[in-house]
Amino acid sequence: MTGAAWLLRRLVASVAIVFAVVTFVFILIHVAPGRPCPENVDRAVCDELTRQFGLDKSLPEQYVRYLVALAHGNMGNSYANGRPVGTAIAGTIPFTLQLAGAALVLDFLLGLGLGIYQAVRVNRLPDVVLGNVTLFIYSLPTFWLALLLLLVFGEKLRWFPVGGASDPILCPVVNSLYCVVDRLWHTVLPAATLGLVGAAGTARFQRAAMLEVARQDYVRTARAKGLPERRVVLRHQLRNALLTFVTRFGLAFPFLLTGAVLIETIFAWPGMGRLAFDAILLRDYPVVTGTALIASVVVVAGNLLTDILLGLADPRLRVRATTDVEAVTA
Amino acid sequence: MTLGAWLALFVTLVVTAELVRALRHRALRQERWRRFFRHRTTTWGLGILVFLVLVAVAAPLIAPFDPNKQLDIVHLKNHSPSWTFLLGTDVLSRDVWSRTVYGARVSLGIGALGALVAVALGTFVGAVAGYYQRWIDAVLMRGVDVGLALPRIFILLMAVALWDGLPFAALIIVIGLTSWFGTSRLVRAEVLSLRQRDFVVAARALGAGSGRVIFRHVLPNAAAPIIVSAALGVGNVLLLEASLSFLGIGVKPPDPTWGNMIADNAPSIYTAPWSTLFPGLAISLVVLSLNAVADGVRDALDPREEAA
Repeated sequence: MTGAAWLLRRLVASVAIVFAVVTFVFILIHVAPGRPCPENVDRAVCDELTRQFGLDKSLPEQYVRYLVALAHGNMGNSYANGRPVGTAIAGTIPFTLQLAGAALVLDFLLGLGLGIYQAVRVNRLPDVVLGNVTLFIYSLPTFWLALLLLLVFGEKLRWFPVGGASDPILCPVVNSLYCVVDRLWHTVLPAATLGLVGAAGTARFQRAAMLEVARQDYVRTARAKGLPERRVVLRHQLRNALLTFVTRFGLAFPFLLTGAVLIETIFAWPGMGRLAFDAILLRDYPVVTGTALIASVVVVAGNLLTDILLGLADPRLRVRATTDVEAVTA
Repeated sequence: MTLGAWLALFVTLVVTAELVRALRHRALRQERWRRFFRHRTTTWGLGILVFLVLVAVAAPLIAPFDPNKQLDIVHLKNHSPSWTFLLGTDVLSRDVWSRTVYGARVSLGIGALGALVAVALGTFVGAVAGYYQRWIDAVLMRGVDVGLALPRIFILLMAVALWDGLPFAALIIVIGLTSWFGTSRLVRAEVLSLRQRDFVVAARALGAGSGRVIFRHVLPNAAAPIIVSAALGVGNVLLLEASLSFLGIGVKPPDPTWGNMIADNAPSIYTAPWSTLFPGLAISLVVLSLNAVADGVRDALDPREEAA
C-alpha cells in the first residue's frame, strides 16, 4: 500500500469511528430513564420543554435531525442555558489545552529524563530507588494526588491558589502581565497532578525501551568501536528508543482528557471535562453528545498522528498495519 | 482498637507472612517462578495483596466498630488518630479504620469482578478474532477500534449518573464492559502468531475441533499477556470505581468503599486529613502491588524480558 492510499484509508476509518462513537453516545443518553428537567419543575412546563427540544419525537427521527444539523456544523443548543454547544465547547478549549499542554510538557521532559537516566544506571541504586518511586506515583489515584497537593501546597504552605483558572476579581476585566503570571500560577497544581502521574508512566516506558535497544547488536558495535558512552546513549540508544515515546505521545491525549474530568472538577478548572460532567448531571443532551464527539475526535486524531509519526520515524513500520504497535501499548 | 481486633490483625499479618514464605519456598524449585520472586518489589506486592485480601475476608474480626455507625456525632466528629481510633474518625464520627477494613471488601471485590468480566470478554473476543480471522476478525476489531475511541469515563459517568441507583452488580458489569478493548487486542495479536506454530497446526491435523485448539493449545500459551492484563485490570477497575465514587455516583453511601470515603471527607481535608489520606493510601497500595506483581508475572512467563 502506498502512503497516500494508507492515509486515505485511515482517514475514512477515523471518520467512521467518530461517527460510531457519536451514534453510541446519542442512543445511550436518549434511552436513559428520566427527562432533562429538574425534579421541582412543573409537569406542564416540563412537557412543553420536552416538545420544544424535540424530545417527544421518535428516536430515529431525533437522530436524523441531529445528524443533519451536525452536517451543517451545528451541534445544537444547550438545554441549560440556550447557548450553542459549539460556543460552549470553544470557550472551554483554551483552558483544557492550557492544562493539557502544561501537563504534557512536565510529563515528557521529566519522564524522558528519568527514563534515560535510569537506563544508564540500570540496576544500580539510583535506578532501583527511582524505579520504586515512579512505580508508586504511577499507582496513585490522580484525584487523591490532587487533594494531597492541594492540602500541602495550597492550604498549608499557601504557595499556589486552591482552584479556578485565574484571579476572579481582577483578571476578567484587566488584561495585564499580572494576569498572565496569575494564570500560569493557577495552572501549576492541576498540571503537576496530571504531569507527575504521566511522567512516572513515561519514565517506566522509556527505561524499558532504552534497555530493549541496549541489547541490539548495533549498540554493542558502537561501544566496541570506541565511541564515547555519551554518544552511544544519545545517538544510538535514545534515537531508536524514541519510537516507544512517539506511541506514548499519541496515547497521552485520552489520558489527559479522562484524567481531566476529575482534576478539573477538583480544581474548579473551567475546561471541557468539567463542562461534560456538569452536562451529564444536568441531562443536557446536546452538550454531552457534543463533548463526546470532540473527545473521540481527539482520541482518533491522536492515534492517527502516532501512526504517521511512527511511519516517518521508522521506515520499517510504513508498510505494515500499525495495529500491533498499538496493541502492545494499549 | 479492642484487644480482639489487635489480635486478629496480628494473626492476619503472621498468616500473610507464612503464606508468602510458603509460596516462595515452593516457587524456588521452578525456574520461571524463581524469576517471579527475584524482585523484592514483587514479593512485597504479593504480600500486600494477600494481606489485604485476608483483611477483607476477616473484616468483622479486625474492625473494632460497625463501619456505618455514627459513634458520637457531637464529641467524636473528626477525632484524630489515637489508640482507640487507629486512623481517626470521619466527618460523621465513624471509625476510619473500620471503614477502611470493610471498604477493602467492596473495593477489592469490584476490582476483581470487574477485571474478571473485562478479561474474560477481552480474551474471548481476541481469541475468536485472531483464530477465525477473515470477516469475523474485521468486524470484531473495528468494534474494538470504536471502543478504544469512546471517552470511557464519559460513558461510565453517563451510565451511572443517568440510571440513578444502579445496583452493585450492574456497576461491575458496566465497568467490565467498557474495559476489555485493550485486552482483546493483546490476545488477538498473541493468537495470530500462535496459530501458525507447529504444535497448533499439528493439533488441527490430528482433528481437534476449533474450541479444543483454542482453549487447550492456543490460550494456555498466551497466558502471560492475559495474566498481566488481568492484574493491571484489577487496578484500573479499582481506580475507576474510586473515581466514580469520588464524583459521588459510584457505590451509594453509607456502605464504605475507598473511593466514597475520600469523597465524603474531601471537604474536611484541611482540618481532618486522616479520613481522606488513609483510604487513598489503601488504593495506592493495592494498585502499586498489582503493578509490581504484573511486572513479576511478565518476568516469569516471558523470558525475553529477562534483562530488564
